[in-house]
Amino acid sequence: MTQVLPSVSLQINGQPCTVAADATVLQAIRSAGLHVPTLCHLDGLTPVGACRLCLVALEGHPKLEPACVTTVAEGMVVHTHTPELEGYRRMAVELFFAEGNHVCAFCVANGACELQDVAVEVGMDHSRFPYQYPHRHVDASHALFGLDHHRCILCTRCVRMCDEIEGAHVWDVGYRGSACSIIAGLDQPWGEVEACTSCGKCVDACPTGALFRKQDATAEKQPHPERAQQLAAARTDHRWRNQ
Amino acid sequence: MTTPQVPPPKLRFATVWLAGCSGCHMSFLDLDEWLFELAAAVEIVYSPVASDIKVFPEGVDLCLVEGAVANADNLELALQLRARSKVVVSFGDCAVSANVPGLRNLWAGVAGGSRQSVLERGYVELADRGAQHPHAPGIVPELLERVLPLHEVIAVDHFLPGCPPSAERIRAFLEALLRGEPPPEGQAMLSFG
Repeated sequence: MTQVLPSVSLQINGQPCTVAADATVLQAIRSAGLHVPTLCHLDGLTPVGACRLCLVALEGHPKLEPACVTTVAEGMVVHTHTPELEGYRRMAVELFFAEGNHVCAFCVANGACELQDVAVEVGMDHSRFPYQYPHRHVDASHALFGLDHHRCILCTRCVRMCDEIEGAHVWDVGYRGSACSIIAGLDQPWGEVEACTSCGKCVDACPTGALFRKQDATAEKQPHPERAQQLAAARTDHRWRNQ
Repeated sequence: MTTPQVPPPKLRFATVWLAGCSGCHMSFLDLDEWLFELAAAVEIVYSPVASDIKVFPEGVDLCLVEGAVANADNLELALQLRARSKVVVSFGDCAVSANVPGLRNLWAGVAGGSRQSVLERGYVELADRGAQHPHAPGIVPELLERVLPLHEVIAVDHFLPGCPPSAERIRAFLEALLRGEPPPEGQAMLSFG
Protein backbone atom coordinates (compact mmCIF):
# COMPACT_ATOMS: atom_id res chain seq x y z
CA MET A 1 0.00 0.00 0.00
CA THR A 2 1.34 3.40 -0.94
CA GLN A 3 1.85 5.66 2.00
CA VAL A 4 0.19 9.03 1.51
CA LEU A 5 2.40 11.79 2.86
CA PRO A 6 0.57 14.58 4.64
CA SER A 7 0.44 17.77 2.63
CA VAL A 8 -0.43 21.39 3.33
CA SER A 9 -1.92 24.12 1.18
CA LEU A 10 -0.58 27.62 1.19
CA GLN A 11 -0.63 30.75 -0.95
CA ILE A 12 2.46 32.36 -2.48
CA ASN A 13 2.09 35.77 -4.13
CA GLY A 14 -1.63 35.04 -4.48
CA GLN A 15 -0.97 31.68 -6.11
CA PRO A 16 -2.33 28.58 -4.33
CA CYS A 17 0.03 25.65 -3.93
CA THR A 18 0.15 22.31 -2.14
CA VAL A 19 3.36 20.73 -0.88
CA ALA A 20 4.47 18.04 1.56
CA ALA A 21 3.97 19.08 5.17
CA ASP A 22 7.69 18.93 5.89
CA ALA A 23 8.68 21.10 2.90
CA THR A 24 10.41 24.43 3.39
CA VAL A 25 8.90 27.67 2.15
CA LEU A 26 11.75 27.83 -0.38
CA GLN A 27 10.77 24.41 -1.76
CA ALA A 28 7.15 25.56 -1.95
CA ILE A 29 8.16 28.76 -3.78
CA ARG A 30 10.11 26.74 -6.32
CA SER A 31 7.39 24.10 -6.71
CA ALA A 32 4.97 26.91 -7.59
CA GLY A 33 7.35 27.96 -10.38
CA LEU A 34 8.32 31.11 -8.50
CA HIS A 35 11.76 32.37 -7.52
CA VAL A 36 13.61 34.10 -4.71
CA PRO A 37 17.35 34.77 -4.88
CA THR A 38 19.62 32.61 -2.71
CA LEU A 39 23.36 32.44 -2.09
CA CYS A 40 24.04 30.18 0.91
CA HIS A 41 21.42 27.64 -0.14
CA LEU A 42 22.53 24.66 -2.17
CA ASP A 43 20.19 21.78 -2.98
CA GLY A 44 21.60 18.63 -1.40
CA LEU A 45 23.08 20.41 1.63
CA THR A 46 21.48 21.32 4.97
CA PRO A 47 20.05 24.86 4.77
CA VAL A 48 21.47 27.39 7.23
CA GLY A 49 19.73 30.71 6.49
CA ALA A 50 23.01 32.64 6.48
CA CYS A 51 22.75 35.01 3.51
CA ARG A 52 19.23 36.39 4.21
CA LEU A 53 18.48 36.83 0.52
CA CYS A 54 15.51 34.42 0.58
CA LEU A 55 13.71 36.42 3.30
CA VAL A 56 9.94 36.36 2.74
CA ALA A 57 6.97 38.08 4.37
CA LEU A 58 4.37 35.84 6.01
CA GLU A 59 0.94 37.43 6.56
CA GLY A 60 0.07 37.73 10.24
CA HIS A 61 3.66 37.06 11.25
CA PRO A 62 5.56 39.96 12.84
CA LYS A 63 8.97 39.42 11.22
CA LEU A 64 10.49 38.39 7.93
CA GLU A 65 11.69 34.79 7.73
CA PRO A 66 14.32 33.09 5.55
CA ALA A 67 12.40 30.78 3.22
CA CYS A 68 15.15 28.13 3.17
CA VAL A 69 14.84 27.26 6.89
CA THR A 70 11.14 27.93 7.43
CA THR A 71 8.75 24.97 7.28
CA VAL A 72 5.42 25.46 5.51
CA ALA A 73 2.17 25.55 7.47
CA GLU A 74 -1.47 25.09 6.48
CA GLY A 75 -3.01 28.35 5.25
CA MET A 76 0.31 30.22 5.19
CA VAL A 77 0.21 33.35 3.01
CA VAL A 78 3.66 34.14 1.61
CA HIS A 79 4.91 37.22 -0.23
CA THR A 80 8.30 37.01 -1.92
CA HIS A 81 8.75 40.42 -3.55
CA THR A 82 7.26 43.25 -1.49
CA PRO A 83 9.01 46.65 -1.84
CA GLU A 84 10.33 46.16 1.71
CA LEU A 85 11.86 42.77 0.84
CA GLU A 86 13.34 44.06 -2.40
CA GLY A 87 14.91 46.95 -0.49
CA TYR A 88 16.42 44.63 2.12
CA ARG A 89 17.71 42.23 -0.54
CA ARG A 90 19.49 44.97 -2.40
CA MET A 91 20.93 46.23 0.86
CA ALA A 92 22.17 42.72 1.76
CA VAL A 93 23.91 42.37 -1.59
CA GLU A 94 25.49 45.83 -1.27
CA LEU A 95 26.80 44.80 2.15
CA PHE A 96 28.33 41.64 0.68
CA PHE A 97 30.21 43.76 -1.86
CA ALA A 98 31.24 46.41 0.67
CA GLU A 99 32.36 43.86 3.27
CA GLY A 100 34.85 41.90 1.14
CA ASN A 101 37.14 42.70 -1.77
CA HIS A 102 35.07 41.73 -4.79
CA VAL A 103 36.72 43.00 -7.94
CA CYS A 104 34.88 41.27 -10.79
CA ALA A 105 37.18 42.57 -13.52
CA PHE A 106 39.97 40.09 -12.87
CA CYS A 107 38.19 37.47 -10.76
CA VAL A 108 38.50 33.79 -11.66
CA ALA A 109 34.70 33.51 -11.38
CA ASN A 110 33.83 36.57 -13.52
CA GLY A 111 30.82 35.53 -15.59
CA ALA A 112 30.14 32.43 -13.47
CA CYS A 113 29.63 34.04 -10.06
CA GLU A 114 26.42 33.82 -8.08
CA LEU A 115 27.20 37.04 -6.16
CA GLN A 116 27.61 38.88 -9.47
CA ASP A 117 24.36 37.36 -10.75
CA VAL A 118 22.43 38.27 -7.64
CA ALA A 119 23.71 41.89 -7.79
CA VAL A 120 22.15 42.16 -11.24
CA GLU A 121 18.98 40.37 -10.11
CA VAL A 122 18.32 42.72 -7.18
CA GLY A 123 19.09 45.78 -9.31
CA MET A 124 22.25 46.89 -7.50
CA ASP A 125 23.87 49.59 -9.65
CA HIS A 126 26.27 50.71 -6.90
CA SER A 127 26.92 50.16 -3.21
CA ARG A 128 25.61 52.84 -0.89
CA PHE A 129 27.90 51.48 1.82
CA PRO A 130 31.59 52.43 1.78
CA TYR A 131 33.91 49.58 0.84
CA GLN A 132 35.80 48.20 3.83
CA TYR A 133 38.87 46.82 2.01
CA PRO A 134 39.59 44.23 4.72
CA HIS A 135 43.16 42.97 4.76
CA ARG A 136 42.71 39.26 4.06
CA HIS A 137 45.00 36.63 2.56
CA VAL A 138 45.14 33.96 -0.13
CA ASP A 139 45.84 30.34 0.87
CA ALA A 140 47.69 28.83 -2.08
CA SER A 141 49.24 25.98 -0.08
CA HIS A 142 47.15 23.22 -1.67
CA ALA A 143 48.68 21.61 -4.76
CA LEU A 144 45.51 21.85 -6.88
CA PHE A 145 43.28 24.52 -5.38
CA GLY A 146 43.40 27.98 -3.82
CA LEU A 147 41.30 29.91 -1.33
CA ASP A 148 41.13 33.69 -1.79
CA HIS A 149 39.57 35.00 1.43
CA HIS A 150 39.02 38.41 -0.20
CA ARG A 151 36.21 36.88 -2.25
CA CYS A 152 34.61 34.77 0.49
CA ILE A 153 31.07 35.68 1.60
CA LEU A 154 30.97 33.08 4.42
CA CYS A 155 28.02 31.22 2.92
CA THR A 156 29.54 27.98 4.36
CA ARG A 157 28.60 25.93 1.30
CA CYS A 158 32.17 24.53 1.24
CA VAL A 159 31.94 23.66 4.95
CA ARG A 160 28.69 21.74 4.47
CA MET A 161 29.76 20.14 1.17
CA CYS A 162 32.95 18.76 2.73
CA ASP A 163 31.23 17.64 5.92
CA GLU A 164 27.94 16.26 4.59
CA ILE A 165 28.83 14.98 1.12
CA GLU A 166 32.56 14.18 1.20
CA GLY A 167 32.58 13.36 4.92
CA ALA A 168 36.04 14.87 5.43
CA HIS A 169 35.10 18.04 7.36
CA VAL A 170 38.23 19.88 6.27
CA TRP A 171 36.49 23.25 6.46
CA ASP A 172 35.01 25.13 9.37
CA VAL A 173 34.33 28.69 10.46
CA GLY A 174 36.82 30.45 12.72
CA TYR A 175 37.08 33.78 14.53
CA ARG A 176 34.36 36.33 15.23
CA GLY A 177 32.76 39.43 13.75
CA SER A 178 34.64 41.07 10.89
CA ALA A 179 37.58 38.68 11.49
CA CYS A 180 35.32 35.66 10.84
CA SER A 181 36.75 33.41 8.14
CA ILE A 182 36.66 29.93 6.69
CA ILE A 183 39.47 27.82 8.18
CA ALA A 184 41.05 24.56 7.01
CA GLY A 185 41.69 21.80 9.55
CA LEU A 186 42.77 23.31 12.86
CA ASP A 187 43.27 26.71 11.21
CA GLN A 188 46.19 25.34 9.18
CA PRO A 189 47.33 26.02 5.64
CA TRP A 190 44.97 23.99 3.43
CA GLY A 191 47.84 22.03 1.88
CA GLU A 192 48.87 20.70 5.31
CA VAL A 193 45.45 19.30 6.22
CA GLU A 194 45.74 15.54 5.88
CA ALA A 195 41.94 15.05 6.01
CA CYS A 196 41.57 16.78 2.62
CA THR A 197 40.96 14.20 -0.12
CA SER A 198 41.58 16.78 -2.89
CA CYS A 199 38.14 15.93 -4.32
CA GLY A 200 37.40 19.55 -5.28
CA LYS A 201 33.75 19.46 -4.20
CA CYS A 202 34.23 22.61 -2.11
CA VAL A 203 35.39 24.42 -5.24
CA ASP A 204 32.31 23.17 -7.10
CA ALA A 205 30.05 24.42 -4.31
CA CYS A 206 31.60 27.89 -3.89
CA PRO A 207 29.28 30.59 -5.29
CA THR A 208 32.09 33.12 -5.87
CA GLY A 209 35.75 33.00 -6.87
CA ALA A 210 36.91 32.35 -3.27
CA LEU A 211 37.65 28.68 -3.94
CA PHE A 212 39.24 27.98 -7.30
CA ARG A 213 41.32 25.53 -9.27
CA LYS A 214 44.87 26.75 -9.72
CA GLN A 215 44.90 26.24 -13.47
CA ASP A 216 41.94 28.64 -13.91
CA ALA A 217 42.75 32.28 -14.71
CA THR A 218 40.42 35.28 -14.95
CA ALA A 219 36.84 34.31 -15.87
CA GLU A 220 37.79 30.64 -16.34
CA LYS A 221 36.10 29.09 -13.31
CA GLN A 222 33.40 26.56 -14.12
CA PRO A 223 31.62 25.78 -10.86
CA HIS A 224 29.32 22.77 -10.47
CA PRO A 225 26.83 23.66 -7.74
CA GLU A 226 24.52 20.85 -8.96
CA ARG A 227 26.96 18.19 -7.72
CA ALA A 228 25.78 18.39 -4.10
CA GLN A 229 22.25 17.46 -5.13
CA GLN A 230 23.42 14.74 -7.54
CA LEU A 231 25.60 13.09 -4.91
CA ALA A 232 22.95 13.42 -2.21
CA ALA A 233 20.36 11.79 -4.50
CA ALA A 234 22.78 9.03 -5.44
CA ARG A 235 23.50 8.29 -1.80
CA THR A 236 20.04 8.50 -0.30
CA ASP A 237 17.78 7.46 -3.20
CA HIS A 238 20.29 5.43 -5.23
CA ARG A 239 19.47 7.65 -8.20
CA TRP A 240 22.47 8.26 -10.40
CA ARG A 241 23.02 11.01 -12.92
CA ASN A 242 22.59 8.68 -15.91
CA GLN A 243 19.38 7.11 -14.60
CA MET B 1 2.27 86.58 -38.22
CA THR B 2 4.41 83.66 -37.11
CA THR B 3 7.61 83.91 -35.13
CA PRO B 4 10.52 82.16 -36.78
CA GLN B 5 11.24 78.82 -35.16
CA VAL B 6 14.55 78.82 -33.35
CA PRO B 7 15.96 75.28 -33.21
CA PRO B 8 16.28 74.11 -29.61
CA PRO B 9 19.84 74.35 -28.31
CA LYS B 10 21.75 71.11 -28.56
CA LEU B 11 22.43 69.14 -25.41
CA ARG B 12 25.90 70.02 -24.13
CA PHE B 13 27.65 66.68 -23.66
CA ALA B 14 30.93 65.86 -21.89
CA THR B 15 32.90 62.73 -21.07
CA VAL B 16 35.61 62.64 -18.43
CA TRP B 17 38.42 60.16 -17.78
CA LEU B 18 39.58 59.90 -14.16
CA ALA B 19 41.46 56.89 -12.70
CA GLY B 20 40.51 54.14 -15.12
CA CYS B 21 42.07 52.22 -18.00
CA SER B 22 40.09 54.18 -20.67
CA GLY B 23 38.26 50.94 -21.52
CA CYS B 24 34.89 52.60 -20.92
CA HIS B 25 35.82 55.27 -23.47
CA MET B 26 36.91 52.50 -25.87
CA SER B 27 33.48 50.93 -25.38
CA PHE B 28 31.97 54.37 -26.05
CA LEU B 29 33.93 54.46 -29.33
CA ASP B 30 32.50 51.01 -30.10
CA LEU B 31 29.23 52.87 -30.75
CA ASP B 32 30.74 53.07 -34.25
CA GLU B 33 28.42 54.71 -36.80
CA TRP B 34 25.93 55.73 -34.10
CA LEU B 35 28.60 58.23 -33.03
CA PHE B 36 27.65 60.24 -36.14
CA GLU B 37 24.06 60.43 -34.92
CA LEU B 38 25.25 61.36 -31.45
CA ALA B 39 27.56 64.04 -32.84
CA ALA B 40 24.61 65.49 -34.78
CA ALA B 41 22.33 65.45 -31.74
CA VAL B 42 24.67 66.94 -29.12
CA GLU B 43 27.40 69.48 -28.76
CA ILE B 44 30.49 67.72 -27.45
CA VAL B 45 32.03 70.27 -25.13
CA TYR B 46 34.66 68.20 -23.32
CA SER B 47 35.97 64.67 -23.90
CA PRO B 48 39.35 62.89 -24.06
CA VAL B 49 38.21 61.07 -27.21
CA ALA B 50 36.10 63.68 -29.01
CA SER B 51 37.39 67.12 -28.15
CA ASP B 52 40.62 69.04 -27.61
CA ILE B 53 39.29 71.38 -24.93
CA LYS B 54 41.44 71.30 -21.81
CA VAL B 55 39.23 73.14 -19.33
CA PHE B 56 35.91 71.67 -18.24
CA PRO B 57 33.35 74.22 -19.45
CA GLU B 58 30.35 75.78 -17.75
CA GLY B 59 26.76 74.83 -18.51
CA VAL B 60 27.17 71.12 -19.34
CA ASP B 61 23.90 69.18 -19.60
CA LEU B 62 25.18 65.61 -19.43
CA CYS B 63 28.55 64.28 -18.29
CA LEU B 64 29.76 60.65 -18.36
CA VAL B 65 32.56 60.06 -15.86
CA GLU B 66 34.88 57.08 -16.26
CA GLY B 67 37.26 56.14 -13.46
CA ALA B 68 37.70 56.39 -9.73
CA VAL B 69 38.95 59.40 -7.80
CA ALA B 70 42.58 58.52 -7.06
CA ASN B 71 44.66 61.70 -7.13
CA ALA B 72 44.47 65.45 -6.56
CA ASP B 73 43.71 66.16 -10.24
CA ASN B 74 40.85 63.62 -10.26
CA LEU B 75 39.40 65.24 -7.15
CA GLU B 76 39.62 68.77 -8.56
CA LEU B 77 38.04 67.76 -11.87
CA ALA B 78 35.29 65.76 -10.12
CA LEU B 79 34.28 68.77 -8.01
CA GLN B 80 34.46 71.04 -11.07
CA LEU B 81 32.37 68.82 -13.33
CA ARG B 82 29.72 68.42 -10.64
CA ALA B 83 29.45 72.18 -10.19
CA ARG B 84 29.19 72.72 -13.96
CA SER B 85 26.95 69.79 -15.04
CA LYS B 86 23.23 69.18 -14.74
CA VAL B 87 23.39 65.38 -14.97
CA VAL B 88 26.42 63.34 -13.87
CA VAL B 89 26.70 59.66 -14.76
CA SER B 90 29.04 57.24 -12.98
CA PHE B 91 30.30 55.44 -16.07
CA GLY B 92 31.79 51.95 -15.61
CA ASP B 93 33.02 49.87 -12.68
CA CYS B 94 35.94 52.12 -11.67
CA ALA B 95 33.65 55.12 -11.20
CA VAL B 96 30.96 52.95 -9.59
CA SER B 97 33.11 50.88 -7.20
CA ALA B 98 36.76 52.12 -7.54
CA ASN B 99 37.39 48.63 -9.02
CA VAL B 100 41.06 47.93 -9.89
CA PRO B 101 42.45 51.41 -9.05
CA GLY B 102 40.89 50.96 -5.59
CA LEU B 103 42.91 47.83 -4.87
CA ARG B 104 45.65 49.86 -3.23
CA ASN B 105 43.11 50.75 -0.52
CA LEU B 106 43.95 47.29 0.87
CA TRP B 107 47.13 48.91 2.16
CA ALA B 108 45.37 51.97 3.56
CA GLY B 109 45.42 50.59 7.09
CA VAL B 110 48.98 49.22 7.14
CA ALA B 111 52.24 50.94 7.99
CA GLY B 112 53.11 53.62 5.43
CA GLY B 113 49.57 53.68 4.02
CA SER B 114 48.31 52.93 0.51
CA ARG B 115 49.98 55.86 -1.26
CA GLN B 116 53.44 55.10 0.10
CA SER B 117 53.01 51.33 -0.41
CA VAL B 118 51.95 51.56 -4.06
CA LEU B 119 54.68 54.07 -4.98
CA GLU B 120 57.34 52.05 -3.16
CA ARG B 121 56.27 48.87 -4.96
CA GLY B 122 55.95 50.44 -8.40
CA TYR B 123 58.88 52.84 -8.49
CA VAL B 124 61.43 51.36 -6.07
CA GLU B 125 60.99 47.64 -5.44
CA LEU B 126 60.25 46.74 -9.06
CA ALA B 127 62.65 49.22 -10.68
CA ASP B 128 65.48 47.74 -12.74
CA ARG B 129 67.61 50.83 -12.25
CA GLY B 130 67.27 54.46 -11.21
CA ALA B 131 64.76 53.63 -8.46
CA GLN B 132 63.16 56.83 -7.15
CA HIS B 133 59.80 58.16 -6.10
CA PRO B 134 58.14 60.41 -8.69
CA HIS B 135 58.25 63.97 -7.45
CA ALA B 136 57.26 66.92 -9.61
CA PRO B 137 54.96 69.27 -7.71
CA GLY B 138 52.40 70.91 -9.98
CA ILE B 139 53.09 68.45 -12.80
CA VAL B 140 52.59 64.94 -11.42
CA PRO B 141 49.42 64.98 -9.29
CA GLU B 142 49.71 63.68 -5.74
CA LEU B 143 47.90 60.41 -5.02
CA LEU B 144 45.08 60.52 -2.50
CA GLU B 145 45.52 58.16 0.43
CA ARG B 146 42.27 56.39 -0.43
CA VAL B 147 40.85 55.75 -3.92
CA LEU B 148 37.13 56.53 -3.91
CA PRO B 149 34.18 55.68 -6.14
CA LEU B 150 32.74 58.82 -7.72
CA HIS B 151 29.55 58.86 -5.61
CA GLU B 152 31.61 59.06 -2.41
CA VAL B 153 33.06 62.35 -3.68
CA ILE B 154 30.21 64.07 -5.53
CA ALA B 155 26.46 63.52 -6.01
CA VAL B 156 25.82 61.16 -8.93
CA ASP B 157 22.55 61.08 -10.86
CA HIS B 158 22.85 57.76 -12.70
CA PHE B 159 25.04 54.67 -12.55
CA LEU B 160 26.12 52.63 -15.54
CA PRO B 161 28.30 49.78 -14.17
CA GLY B 162 30.29 47.30 -16.23
CA CYS B 163 33.93 46.69 -17.04
CA PRO B 164 33.26 48.18 -19.48
CA PRO B 165 29.53 48.82 -20.02
CA SER B 166 28.77 47.50 -23.51
CA ALA B 167 28.30 49.90 -26.41
CA GLU B 168 24.69 48.66 -26.75
CA ARG B 169 23.99 49.63 -23.16
CA ILE B 170 25.68 53.02 -23.51
CA ARG B 171 23.54 53.67 -26.57
CA ALA B 172 20.28 52.61 -24.87
CA PHE B 173 21.19 54.91 -21.98
CA LEU B 174 22.09 57.92 -24.12
CA GLU B 175 19.13 57.50 -26.48
CA ALA B 176 16.70 57.68 -23.55
CA LEU B 177 18.36 60.79 -22.14
CA LEU B 178 18.43 62.45 -25.57
CA ARG B 179 14.67 61.86 -25.81
CA GLY B 180 14.32 63.55 -22.43
CA GLU B 181 13.25 60.28 -20.79
CA PRO B 182 14.67 58.62 -17.68
CA PRO B 183 17.34 56.04 -18.55
CA PRO B 184 16.21 52.41 -18.88
CA GLU B 185 16.48 50.30 -15.74
CA GLY B 186 16.51 46.61 -15.01
CA GLN B 187 18.80 43.64 -15.37
CA ALA B 188 19.69 44.31 -19.01
CA MET B 189 21.30 47.61 -17.96
CA LEU B 190 23.51 46.03 -15.27
CA SER B 191 26.75 44.09 -15.30
CA PHE B 192 29.88 43.96 -13.17
CA GLY B 193 33.26 42.87 -14.46
